[in-house]
Amino acid sequence: MPKVTVDGTEIEVPAGITVLQACEMAGTEIPRFCYHERLSIAGNCRMCLVEVSPGPPKPAASCALPVGEGMEIKTDTEMVRKARNGVMEFLLINHPLDCPICDQGGECDLQDQAMAYGFDHSRFEENKRAVKDKYMGPLVKTIMTRCIHCTRCVRFATEIAGVPELGMLGRGEHAEITTYLEKSLESELSANVIDLCPVGALTSKPYAFVSRPWELVTTESIDVMDALGSAIRVDSRQTEVLRVLPRLNEDVNEEWIADKSRYAVDGLARQRLDRPYLRVDGKLREASWQEAFAAIGERVKETKGERIAAIAGDQCDAEAMIALKDLMGALGSANIDCRQDGAKLPTTPRAGYLLNSTIAGLETVDAVLLVGTNLRWEAPLINTRLRKAWLQGDMRAAAIGPDVDLTYPVENLGTGPDTLAAVADGSNAFADVLKIAERAAIIVGMGALARPDGASILAAARTIADNCGMVQDDWNGFNVLHTAASRVGALDLGFVPGAGGRDVENILAGAIAGDIDVVYLLAADEFDTTRLGNAFVIYQGHHGDAGAHRADVILPGSAYTEKNGTYVNTEGRVQLARQAAQPPGDAREDWAIVRALSDVIGGGLNFNTLGDVRSRLVEVNPLFDQVGEAVPAQWAPFGEPGPMSSEILASPVSNYYMTCPISRASETMAECSREFVRNDGARTGTDG
Amino acid sequence: MAFLDRAARGLLLTEIVRGMWLTLRYFFKEKVTVNYPYEKGPLSPRFRGEHVLRRYPNGEERCIACKLCEAICPAQAITIEAEPREDGSRRATRYDIDMTKCIYCGYCQEACPVDAIVEGPNFEFATETREELMYNKDKLLENGDRWEAEVAAALAADAPYR
Repeated sequence: MPKVTVDGTEIEVPAGITVLQACEMAGTEIPRFCYHERLSIAGNCRMCLVEVSPGPPKPAASCALPVGEGMEIKTDTEMVRKARNGVMEFLLINHPLDCPICDQGGECDLQDQAMAYGFDHSRFEENKRAVKDKYMGPLVKTIMTRCIHCTRCVRFATEIAGVPELGMLGRGEHAEITTYLEKSLESELSANVIDLCPVGALTSKPYAFVSRPWELVTTESIDVMDALGSAIRVDSRQTEVLRVLPRLNEDVNEEWIADKSRYAVDGLARQRLDRPYLRVDGKLREASWQEAFAAIGERVKETKGERIAAIAGDQCDAEAMIALKDLMGALGSANIDCRQDGAKLPTTPRAGYLLNSTIAGLETVDAVLLVGTNLRWEAPLINTRLRKAWLQGDMRAAAIGPDVDLTYPVENLGTGPDTLAAVADGSNAFADVLKIAERAAIIVGMGALARPDGASILAAARTIADNCGMVQDDWNGFNVLHTAASRVGALDLGFVPGAGGRDVENILAGAIAGDIDVVYLLAADEFDTTRLGNAFVIYQGHHGDAGAHRADVILPGSAYTEKNGTYVNTEGRVQLARQAAQPPGDAREDWAIVRALSDVIGGGLNFNTLGDVRSRLVEVNPLFDQVGEAVPAQWAPFGEPGPMSSEILASPVSNYYMTCPISRASETMAECSREFVRNDGARTGTDG
Repeated sequence: MAFLDRAARGLLLTEIVRGMWLTLRYFFKEKVTVNYPYEKGPLSPRFRGEHVLRRYPNGEERCIACKLCEAICPAQAITIEAEPREDGSRRATRYDIDMTKCIYCGYCQEACPVDAIVEGPNFEFATETREELMYNKDKLLENGDRWEAEVAAALAADAPYR
């Protein structure tokens, strides 16, 4: 551990870090543009100059200089100040003075640092250069004249996103950042370059000119677009959610978020259910809460418990689910299920439905088998973790399922469960790779479980985990990757069929056969609603999607930005989402709706505040008390080996940009799926 | 003696005479009041009256919806909403000033990077209803068109001191 002196204070720092990091550890801020903790070091902005001795008597770029024993670093000398001043003046030579129309204005690194380190005027009297804007797809707006060539975006695309489509052409004054072929950045993480850009060269296209940072109210929350539960920050103005930005959470999303999480929020303003509806003579008409509750009460009171069923959707908060579970219990119904896609997930033990390796843990794997999952579309940020593992070492990845480009080499072993069986009994060569590996992992996607033979596939996956030594004392390589944000929470609190209860498949079969008379859909839209037969359907949710179209009574609930909700992510981490805006119109928080309904239909729930509901959650499962922690699950027997069909193990996500009612209502997501998925809107550089 | 002095002044009414003399002097002096609606006093180029939104000589509106005036307004009288116009430029879709909230401090004018919002020389904009004092963008642009000559002259006159 070398000892260095920063501005006269001696500190001990880990060997191999840079001078900039050492200064940071000593509490001295070093201005920078190109340096970023998670990207490789470029050293091309020259803003981080410091004076270092021993060394040549000139300023040194601290971001690219490793610390050495006894180094004396000075960050506040005349030489340093002059150097930074000069660098800032050079940077501003070709930077346009268009801060008033720039969307970065108010949260711009260049603006802030020019205030701190720049001159008050420019000595440059010649013409500034102008650069043609590039087309980077429907999410990233470019104003390339503002670019200061820090190459953060290039490094992000190449290193983290794994799509080497950005680069710098030309040199000197003619240097330009460009997508080589003037096509959009084909990555699910593309919009992160907007956050990385220290100036306003790359800004958000859907958010263009919408608002200024000082107008926004920031709420720290949790994303529900995938099962990762990325930490997000929701920026809203009055009742509108205007944008979503990532928040730092090293254990989950580092500091990135996927494009859907960021841009689906414009769907929150469309297709909303803002008041109760009642179906009268085959047509939905607006109704009051009292009328809606009365209609439900009338129907439920004349129906026996076992003829009532409830299905929870993919984005429900745990509070709403526990309320509904208790209500169904009080009505005497055991027909509740949260696995609307029919996934054959075990209800116990917990290790059977968790991503046991944890998201951060997947960075350390050296061999991984992906079963029936397209990580890029189901969990882009888990994909970046595996890519990181591949970049850091010689991680070997293999997949069973259709061939997809995951940005790192993946050996395709086959497409069907027969290949899985071959790996399980050791006859496939990859089984040996997994056995030799120190940290091997298997990731089973919903594509493998949401099918009739899902339970057998899960059992086969478990056999692989056991046979290949994936489960050790400090490592569990058995992973189930969920696609629904609410799923693990629902399983944790037991939103599954009780004794003698029906699961989703049987509820739907019962509805068609006439054995189920009332179905309560808690924001459940992702199944074939025509299979609800003649059942009386109560839909409680926030968007007019599939479920609402079939419903007989619609109760307007709130979306994830409009309520304080608890979500458990795919690794079993309990996280709290916070309310950033008010639900529209007459819509209410979901647990409160169920609570109010219970008074009408005699299901006597006894909680009145959010605190009461949360205590009830903890009562049902003490894990809900450990907010923010991924509690490791005990490895225990599960899975029933059985025959497997030969159908291919395909990912359940056929269009990344449209997976939930919110993203389906979003204009930006529609634009993205036109551009990236359907590809019929392929544009070239000659378009506008 | 003091008694005699006081009695003499009282009997001879000297104070009244002096007062009347003063009044008489003002009677022949130049008047300081103006016959307001028909005559007006001079205004400083820095006078802060009714707001106007200006245009460039080619007719393009100056305002770029940077929202700096909205941010600095101490009375929070300004509301702006922006979006890209068809040609991609940044424009305000809404620019409202609540003239009943405005305290005429002139900060908006100081904050404006393009001299779009200016407090013009007009102070005669009294209305019969409160609603008429909620100015929108059209009203402000119309003001700008009407007062452009005066506003430009005032800005030019004040420019050397800035």
